[in-house]
Amino acid sequence: MASNETILRVEDLQTHFFTRSGVVKAVDGISFDLHRGETLGIVGESGSGKSMTAWSILGLVPQPAGRIVGGKILYQGENLLEKNTAEMREIRGKGICMVMQDPSTSLNPVFTIGNQVYETLRMDTRQSRASLRQRAVELLSSVRIPAPERRLASFPHQMSGGMRQRVVGAIAMSRGPNVLIADEPTTSLDATIQLQYLTLLKEIQAQTGAAIIFITHDFGIVARMCDRVAVMYAGKIIEQADVLHLFDNPSHPYTEALLRSVPDLDDQTDHLPSIEGQPPALDNLPAGCSFAPRCPHVFAKCGEFPPEFEIEPGHLARCWMRDGSN
Amino acid sequence: MAATTPNIFEARTADIWRLSGRLRRARLPWIPILVLLLILFCAAFAELISPHDPLKINVLDRHMPPGESSDYLLGTDSLGRDILSRLIYGARTTVIISFVSLIAGAAAGTVLGLVSGYFGGWVDAVIMRCVDAALGFPTVLLAMIIVVFLGTGTINIILAVALTFWARFARMARGDVLAIKTQDFVTLARITGVSTPVVIWRHIFPNVVNTLTVISSLMVGQIILLEAALSFLGLGLAPGSPAWGIMVAEGRDILLDVWWLSVFPGLAITIVVLAFNFFGDWLRDTLDPRMRQAQ
Repeated sequence: MASNETILRVEDLQTHFFTRSGVVKAVDGISFDLHRGETLGIVGESGSGKSMTAWSILGLVPQPAGRIVGGKILYQGENLLEKNTAEMREIRGKGICMVMQDPSTSLNPVFTIGNQVYETLRMDTRQSRASLRQRAVELLSSVRIPAPERRLASFPHQMSGGMRQRVVGAIAMSRGPNVLIADEPTTSLDATIQLQYLTLLKEIQAQTGAAIIFITHDFGIVARMCDRVAVMYAGKIIEQADVLHLFDNPSHPYTEALLRSVPDLDDQTDHLPSIEGQPPALDNLPAGCSFAPRCPHVFAKCGEFPPEFEIEPGHLARCWMRDGSN
Repeated sequence: MAATTPNIFEARTADIWRLSGRLRRARLPWIPILVLLLILFCAAFAELISPHDPLKINVLDRHMPPGESSDYLLGTDSLGRDILSRLIYGARTTVIISFVSLIAGAAAGTVLGLVSGYFGGWVDAVIMRCVDAALGFPTVLLAMIIVVFLGTGTINIILAVALTFWARFARMARGDVLAIKTQDFVTLARITGVSTPVVIWRHIFPNVVNTLTVISSLMVGQIILLEAALSFLGLGLAPGSPAWGIMVAEGRDILLDVWWLSVFPGLAITIVVLAFNFFGDWLRDTLDPRMRQAQ
């Protein structure tokens, strides 16, 4: 299902925050490609720049402190950073859309579900109330909302979290975007509902052919959902690869450590390895590799910033240990 | 589920029914409501219910104390005009001036507050400094300055009162917007490509309405007082017009001998302002979701 056509290409994106205490490099030179119909996982700790990458792509970096200071975001070959507000609004929703973390606040409490679904449906075509209703019912049943006709008249507080998140998904998909960014959409749902929601996303993807960027910190979800993974640390992608390659052959010590800290049910252990130390402050990054202070394999070369080394085709890691030249 | 019949309408009626149930259970403040209805009734049907022409001078019957003649229930003033009729017409003046200026001030203040809170930055700074300036003046003084510039007359008084009170609405609306705009549903609207004016109007404004309703009802009392004060100071309507503030002023020199000239309009002002304040308190308690949960 994933084709080779690149729908979204991010090149050397840099999003910085200019605060009183200094410049916070939330996204610091990341590049990746997203192909039509593929699912790219972006994994990392809180504050590693995952969400900011998403906001940058949508052109909604928090103002006035945040600014995209460099790089390119090419959507279907066009650089989004050169678009004006009106052009960007055309792309949001129709080209690229997003589902956020918390379904309890993603819907306006004073309007019915129907009202909120109609709003986005109305944006592309003028249509009669009956056909609008019809489309809304179809949309809600496509995200498995039971009795969608009745649900149109419900208010958000009358629905469960899982149901609300599905409505949010329906709204996000209502204008038929080519790229859907899912920013930890299942974090606030409980486990069984999580699974349902992920299955639903996969189905929607199969139907619509949308590419998904899945932001998460859960490798279990990555394994289930994604075709490719990018691991972020301190605003940089330190390793990216196909899912299988990454799990088989993690090539950056940080990825290795992350994978080790996922509990394994077959393994009877009462100790779960953790990564020593704290992620670095983004306004005061160490020179060279930003993982060096926590890395067990650190050596002299780590004082220099590592380039991306190719481990195998499509598998890149920023670690001097993978330097093939010596 | 073969529910093919549209039942949005049914659900709506059900919601309205539930809301009205909540209002019924919330122990309505009957006394303030009755007072307010009475005032509105007087304002609407002043011609029908007032026993005399409020402007008709009848020097022979001047300074008639209340109760002495069944013709003049609350007595007459220095020109022999019927106090009760003047009070009834005064209600009309009060209602028109306070409601129109409230609506004008609330509308202007709300729009500025929404813009200020949503856009932030220098727009916010400019608007909020104007608000600070407006709030820094004592209300009566500010309104007086404006009336002196514009001249007296109903429209100018309405303008003066609106210009004095808009700032409170602007500040309240801005505060609410700051809290609401960071919520995910606003972000979701922007993500799906909704334009900024529509985001403000459809997603933020409806969430501010509750607060605005409550401060409006609490503000009416103050506006009535301001209008009365302006009239009392001779900056309101033309002298002799039936307005409560003017009536109080007319009687102040002879308060000890002919007390009914000032006391009845004074009482009217007090009662109406109190009624609005009690009603506003009740409305705040009912609409505030935190209070609702506590019940």
